[in-house]
Amino acid sequence: MALELIKGNVAVAETALRVGLVSYFGYPITPQTELLEHLSARMPELGRAFVQAESELGAINMVYGAACTGFRTMTSSSSPGVSLMQEGLSYISGTELPAVIVNVVRGGPGLGNIAPSQADYTQMVHGGGHGEYHLIVLAPSSVQEAVDLTALAFDLAEKYRMVVCILMDGYLGQMMEPVELPPFAPLRSEAPDWAVGAKHPEGERVVLTSININPPMQEIFNVKMMSRWQQIEKDEVRYKGYYLDDAEYVVVGFGTAGRIALSSVRAARAKGIKVGLLRPITVSPFPVEALDNLVSGKKGFLVVEMNNGQMLDDVSAIVAKRVPIHFYGRMGGMVPYPDEIDAAIDEMIHSDHDVNRDARGVWLAKMRELVGTGA
Amino acid sequence: MLDTEVKLIYERPHGFTDVTTHYCPGCTHGVAHRLIAEVLEEMGELDNTIGVAPVGCSVFAYNYFDFDFVEAAHGRAPAMATGIKRTLPNKTVFTYQGDGDLASMGMGEIVAAAARGEQITVFFINNTNYGMTGGQMAPTTLPGQKTSSSPLGRDVETQGYPIRTAELISSLDGASYVVRRSLHDARNIRNAKKAIRTAFEVQKRGLGFSFIELLSTCPTNWGLTPVKAREWLKEYMIPQYPIADFKVSSAIEEMVKGG
Amino acid sequence: MQSEVIISGFGGQGTLYAGQVYAYAAMDEGKHVTWIPSYGPEMRGGTANCTVVISDEEIGSPGALHPRAVIALNLPSLDKYEPLVAPGGFLIVNESMVNHEPTRTDIHWLMIPANKIAQELGNERAANMILLGALEGNMKALPEDALERALVVHTAERLRKFVDLNIEALHRGAEYKVD
Repeated sequence: MALELIKGNVAVAETALRVGLVSYFGYPITPQTELLEHLSARMPELGRAFVQAESELGAINMVYGAACTGFRTMTSSSSPGVSLMQEGLSYISGTELPAVIVNVVRGGPGLGNIAPSQADYTQMVHGGGHGEYHLIVLAPSSVQEAVDLTALAFDLAEKYRMVVCILMDGYLGQMMEPVELPPFAPLRSEAPDWAVGAKHPEGERVVLTSININPPMQEIFNVKMMSRWQQIEKDEVRYKGYYLDDAEYVVVGFGTAGRIALSSVRAARAKGIKVGLLRPITVSPFPVEALDNLVSGKKGFLVVEMNNGQMLDDVSAIVAKRVPIHFYGRMGGMVPYPDEIDAAIDEMIHSDHDVNRDARGVWLAKMRELVGTGA
Repeated sequence: MLDTEVKLIYERPHGFTDVTTHYCPGCTHGVAHRLIAEVLEEMGELDNTIGVAPVGCSVFAYNYFDFDFVEAAHGRAPAMATGIKRTLPNKTVFTYQGDGDLASMGMGEIVAAAARGEQITVFFINNTNYGMTGGQMAPTTLPGQKTSSSPLGRDVETQGYPIRTAELISSLDGASYVVRRSLHDARNIRNAKKAIRTAFEVQKRGLGFSFIELLSTCPTNWGLTPVKAREWLKEYMIPQYPIADFKVSSAIEEMVKGG
Repeated sequence: MQSEVIISGFGGQGTLYAGQVYAYAAMDEGKHVTWIPSYGPEMRGGTANCTVVISDEEIGSPGALHPRAVIALNLPSLDKYEPLVAPGGFLIVNESMVNHEPTRTDIHWLMIPANKIAQELGNERAANMILLGALEGNMKALPEDALERALVVHTAERLRKFVDLNIEALHRGAEYKVD
């Protein structure tokens, strides 16, 4: 096994290339720029398409065009840039095209900062563009997982003809870890028959559009999309559990927050506390069943995120007041240390067993004390 | 029995579907569509072409052209065409855009695509207003021209000046072939067709970015009969938007000379 | 066993590079390892730092509030990190760039005139390797000579002429032993 020590951003770029990326379109933005830079050298080297677009609007619409040809295409950006791309994501979804987008999330709202964040969970998981559509959202927590999920993203995008998002953060983008990259896969030689420019059966042509000018037709289309999503919810859920077998308490966290929580879970285990970790890998579709199966017999859940509790709302809906939920989050580009999550676990095990507790309210009161309100 | 010889002098181009367009009577979109379809047919390119439709009156262009087509988001057609052409460099790729789509919403995309010298062809339909949404002011609306969103006439003091798009695009080093033609009479239509042929030849031979602005009528929103609309175009639009070649690279000049 | 190491100094002192050498060495020894540069709010205050975590099992947090070891290449780094080193941990200080010794008694610390030694070796930029050699020589997170082997294997072509110098620097640093 040949390991390489590379940054998350570079690992994702190199993986995409190796699994058959034919075109890349992007716009520089910190903290994802190394991804674009890597491909700016590698794609032309291999005779493939790379365009530094005029804007994120340009980039996502180049991806839209390239996706219409049926060959593998992707873009990458960070939060403000992804906001600009939301129009395109809705169109690509509405045209049923495969595409991959990497969002290396940074602190916001607005221009915010370049520090790592998970504040785009809602934007990616619950839609950010107009209309009704879903993205598959994969949330790696290590550079190796980012590599593996990048390869998976292209397969899923093609399997379901939809947009797959790799939801990272600045930490994962900048971090170096040893990884094993996939071998070079041959480029597909022929486009699928739904693509423009492909060989079509005699007399037929292809029109790719997101227009359904007649509402009844749009509704039929949406029923089809929803049915496909239902299937994806059944077949494509991925997560990883740690120390869950005998757990009395469960920490739930994805991506970087999830791996930081792992340190705290181990520390708690070392103290004899029976706590486990559920780390969703697909945050969309969310591991609803896995979480639901964990509820019975538990004394408490702790959701840990680098945002204001965006996944907390999804967890709360599933746990449905059967077990008390606690929350610990950092916002605006702040990354929690395990020590903070250690304290949150400690607080959970010493709290009243109140299933109606207001997890976000309690947390926010604590944050006001910890960092103030700037008032 | 009469001794007659049946001679075909007019037929639907093979690049068209057998569908009646939704365009208003007298609108020159139909003429522009026909010229494009005829040229592609004459070049034998119908099976090798991918069109990119805009948002605007010609949003359904893909219903009328009988070859592969995609539908872009408002203003983004040049970006979408870039994605297609970079992936399939041997295809003939064109966008067909109106003045709201190209000169307002999509000015960033068209300028960037031209500056990059994308090997695509862009048709820009200038009819001085937003046709689809009911005749509002466009970037191309003439000073003093009344539209449904400039009811007192375009006041350049508050609403700015019209954009001479072909001239603007021609200032970019990446653009190879930039011309303006008009569709208001037979002679101009013939000249427009020649330019369309040149533009597609430019793309076919990899000679760069080609852009044709087509002055067009909008009788419905202008409140004129088709005939009056053509007169209005000639009288008011051409002084503002002169019919000319703004950029013809030396390689293209040679190509045209060589036939 | 897990070791968290923060290497901190001014930009240009080679803090990120020293961390990468450590990370390569750990990787080659089959360890789990993370390397993360100073990033976000930590960048404020004039220090450039990176955190390296070396572990026998899957690494949780790639950052540490109380690291097992700190290499402080300048005064702001010494002042910032001395209070944060985990009890029983290591603090390796570049004596050439500070004006006082550490005061803690519950950690192992060393004062090493790294810039001065590096000048003796012929290149002041080798100070980072002297301090790294000193840390690993005492903490022993990796088998002997792992750093040296990593330098040989992973040094980029354009920097290969510095390999011998850097190995010598590692050795000079390793001569310093904590009590």
